[in-house]
Amino acid sequence: MSGGFRLAAGGRIDRSRPLRFTFDGRSFRGFAGDTLASALIAEGVHLVGRSFKYHRPRGIVSAGADEPNALVGVGADEAHYTPNLRATQVELHDGLVAESQNRWPSLSFDVGAVNDLAAPLLPAGFYYKTFMWPQRAWTSFYEPKIRAAAGLGRAPGAADADRYTQHFAHCEVLVIGSGPAGLAAALAAAETGVRVILCDEQPEFGGSLLAEREAVIDGLPAADWAAAAVAELETRDNVTLLTRTTAFGYFPHNLIGLAERVTDHLGVRDPRLPRERLWQVRAAEVVIAAGAIERPIVFPENDRPGVMLADAARTYSNRYAAKPGERAVVFTAGDAGYRAALDLAAAGVTIAAIADLRPAATGALPARARAAGIDVRTATTVTGTRGRLRVSQAHLAAIKPDGSVGAAEAVPCDLVLMAGGATPSVHLFSQSRGKLGWNEALKAYVPESSVERERSAGACRGVYELGAVLADGYDKGSAAAKAAGATTAAASRSFAAKALDAGSDGFIGAAPHGRNPAFAKAFVDWQNDVTAKDIKLATREGFRSIEHIKRYTTTGMATDQGKTSNMNALGIVSDALKTPVTAIGLTTFRMPYTPTTFGIFAGHSRGALFDPVRTTPIHGWAAEQGAAFEDVSLWKRAHYFPHAGEDMHAAVARECLAVRRSVGIFDASTLGKIEVVGPDAAEFMNRMYTNAWAKLGVGRLRYGVMLREDGFVTDDGVVGRLAEDRFHVTTTTGGAPRVLQMMEDYLQTEWPDLDVWLTSTTEQWAVIAVQGPNARKVLEPLVEGIDLSPAALPHMSAATGTICGVPTRLFRVSFTGELGFEVNVPADLGRVVWEAIFAAGAPYGITPYGTETMHVLRAEKGYIIVGQETDGTATPDDVGLGWAVGKAKKDFVGKRSLARASMSAPGRKQLVGLLTQDPQVVLEEGAQIVADPAAPVPMPMVGHVTSSYASAVVGRSIALAMVKGGRARIGETLYVPMPGGTIPVTVTEPVFYDPKGERLDG
Amino acid sequence: MLIITCPHCGPRPELEFRYGGEAHIARPADPSTLTDEEWGAFLYQRANPRGLHAERWRHVAGCGRFFNALRDTQSDFFAATYPAGTPRPDTDASGVKESGR
Ligand SMILES: [Zn+2]
Repeated sequence: MSGGFRLAAGGRIDRSRPLRFTFDGRSFRGFAGDTLASALIAEGVHLVGRSFKYHRPRGIVSAGADEPNALVGVGADEAHYTPNLRATQVELHDGLVAESQNRWPSLSFDVGAVNDLAAPLLPAGFYYKTFMWPQRAWTSFYEPKIRAAAGLGRAPGAADADRYTQHFAHCEVLVIGSGPAGLAAALAAAETGVRVILCDEQPEFGGSLLAEREAVIDGLPAADWAAAAVAELETRDNVTLLTRTTAFGYFPHNLIGLAERVTDHLGVRDPRLPRERLWQVRAAEVVIAAGAIERPIVFPENDRPGVMLADAARTYSNRYAAKPGERAVVFTAGDAGYRAALDLAAAGVTIAAIADLRPAATGALPARARAAGIDVRTATTVTGTRGRLRVSQAHLAAIKPDGSVGAAEAVPCDLVLMAGGATPSVHLFSQSRGKLGWNEALKAYVPESSVERERSAGACRGVYELGAVLADGYDKGSAAAKAAGATTAAASRSFAAKALDAGSDGFIGAAPHGRNPAFAKAFVDWQNDVTAKDIKLATREGFRSIEHIKRYTTTGMATDQGKTSNMNALGIVSDALKTPVTAIGLTTFRMPYTPTTFGIFAGHSRGALFDPVRTTPIHGWAAEQGAAFEDVSLWKRAHYFPHAGEDMHAAVARECLAVRRSVGIFDASTLGKIEVVGPDAAEFMNRMYTNAWAKLGVGRLRYGVMLREDGFVTDDGVVGRLAEDRFHVTTTTGGAPRVLQMMEDYLQTEWPDLDVWLTSTTEQWAVIAVQGPNARKVLEPLVEGIDLSPAALPHMSAATGTICGVPTRLFRVSFTGELGFEVNVPADLGRVVWEAIFAAGAPYGITPYGTETMHVLRAEKGYIIVGQETDGTATPDDVGLGWAVGKAKKDFVGKRSLARASMSAPGRKQLVGLLTQDPQVVLEEGAQIVADPAAPVPMPMVGHVTSSYASAVVGRSIALAMVKGGRARIGETLYVPMPGGTIPVTVTEPVFYDPKGERLDG
Repeated sequence: MLIITCPHCGPRPELEFRYGGEAHIARPADPSTLTDEEWGAFLYQRANPRGLHAERWRHVAGCGRFFNALRDTQSDFFAATYPAGTPRPDTDASGVKESGR
């Protein structure tokens, strides 16, 4: 039956541009201007999917964003595949490849349809009631099976090959929606000269005007008027027009998220263009002109392919010249059904009957229908339908004055249209946290009071008559411009509109059908397969709040967020509980309005651009040497420098021994650095750090410990006093921003009287650590103006001068326990100096080492790393740094907290060393420690391993640990239970090499 | 994303700022004179009101300065922002409508 449903004339498709596309591998034809749905309908295809739970055959229901059924996967290859797109919104292009979802092995024969026969076993809440025990089975059995059987589309099998961009924009007036209200609003706002952005999710501006057959505005057919209005807007420099752009989210302070689809509609894509563009628009004022959504009617078997919304059928016929069927039954609750019947009749569709739920139909539209000879039956309901893959009959029955339903008459048809009335689209208004009010006359929620600076216009606030909509839009656009500070007012303008007014009659709830409810599936939510019976069951089981009923039945929880179903669900609950709709509440409208790609949110932040990468001036040299790198916060740090054939273990052992026996060179440039300067610098340091600074001489270094106000160690680092009023502070690599923020906080808000300046200098200095017994011999020939002799430059002192002609702050400091220096030079010259030192070290076999060796060397000496030995609950004394706390100081950050009894209570975890009884065994960092491995589970734990390495110089494994009352346990045997067996360990002092520190002097 | 008015730079998007907790909690001049209870209250007890909240922000990606703000915790609208060290303005919730409606 392919191809026979395209009308010979009319519609907005471009018949000069025929297109080919495939759906489930079958080839079809359409035209430019078609959607996938309109092209399929023109080809006579209504069956497009299987339902979520029962796998029932499903057809196209709507013509827009509210589509619950026609979800398709689109894309010729996996890297360009997008699942779960609404066929009603997919623009056709030549070569488009689409497939149906949730069916196996094929759409017309689907094994999962057995669920439909088992439907009595799958009531509301079935999953909650059934898959409860045993808990383990949920992840291993139930969930995978349920996911396989009940699903939406499949995830693409390849990484997204497309590009997405992000854009910020500002305007005075943002108009969302370009139907009659939106166009009129944009015209008014544009005229005042303020910046206006008009966006619409469709490829063409005009909204409902594009589907009008008879409507006339200012003497022009509605669609022509829309085109003229757009042309007028295009001439203005202050207007930005965005088609294919969905306003998906209303964020605080009038930030609106727009998703613009840039290339999806193109058969051949311009590689210079992104697939989608995220617009973050900050608007002074917003006009929401989002229109209304037609409600379906809930009646038995209302989900067969061929059952669709009346206005959607009208849109297919009028806008796309695609006839949705040959013979239609219209089921209506207002005059809108008559309007659709008349338009379809004009397109050559036989109207078998109009079933009107109302006892009488007296308006102009029913009169025209009767005059056209259409069989109009008032007080009539539809009690069911027949047909396997397409509707073939509708069963019409009279509603008697007592409310009972009479005998049904079978009316043959291939199309059933539902016109349940209009639901204003209040999604964006509601996202803006505006308050909705119930309008009893309209049987609808409409915007009542605003929170953000926005206003709704037209059908989205319950104004439906075309002339009134245009006037409302113009009024709102003009008011928005004025509120946004427009200095000129929009001229008063009226619109002469002539259109068939369908009024505002409608119905919410489930239509009466008189059948045994146990065997009548009247769908409320097509996408989640929720029936009227499910919702009634929920109320019988005691649910009262619509939020609970929603979650229990899953109504409104699908990707369409209940656009077509929420009001009918409310009506059914209201009827079942004999409670007014307003007392039942309303579920929350959440963003996004329609599903939005992950790509548009990620933008360029993927792959190499996912996070900023920081590299040191020596990075390139290390890369050339074949270093392995590790991530430390945002930094790339050389982890180790493997020689040919070496694994990490071998490389680290070699690097460690080189430092201990001769000399090593290490890139410490990532150390955080803060210059603390000013007359009160020493006083400031005194207050920020535990140590005493006042008496630290110029040219001397000190190891500083920083606490939070709660008394716990937050950072540490070596600090040099370069002048009376100048400190060179170093911090941990990851802690630099945190330390500077904390310093700024105290300086600005607690002690603004202190005259101190803080400057981050982390990236100004390259830091080259030269460590080992031969370190002095390597550096001595290179420096000028600096005496490196032990007497002139003892351990923990600093000198300024030049090295290789480059100015330097040269520190004698050691994080290895060996004689050591840290050469600070301007970052730009870091690599030059590094290479000079490396060359000068060649006679001593100078060995570059990475962070792993640095860690091992410091652990051999028992030097802690903040964040490894500490976890935010360690005091200085806990980690053996009690000596660094200035006891005589009256105050410093954290001092008062250290005086709390619990901070010195016995049983606190303390830093100790651990030696495994088997020297080859290297403990796992993070492993728990127990005193009695035979204790019943859960065993009382006494501590955990914080650092653990194989030490080449000690010739065995070593570990640091935090153990309760650890210092009193030295010599004891403790146990580390691991999956492979319990490992006995001996508690030791946390220093494994050169405990007297004799090697610091080389 | 909120718009926050830095008293020194003007209105800027939220992503330029870092939140800094409740405002007007001064560090005691001499913590050693406080009891454990008093010190604990200074460290940990915060008002967490439903409604206007005086709080600290830092324009960390701008001028770098700390300042104070009065924000309605229900609506997320700001009634006022003011420099650190100045007293809380005498503003009631009606002032909040300035930012929204
Ligand atoms: Zn600022």
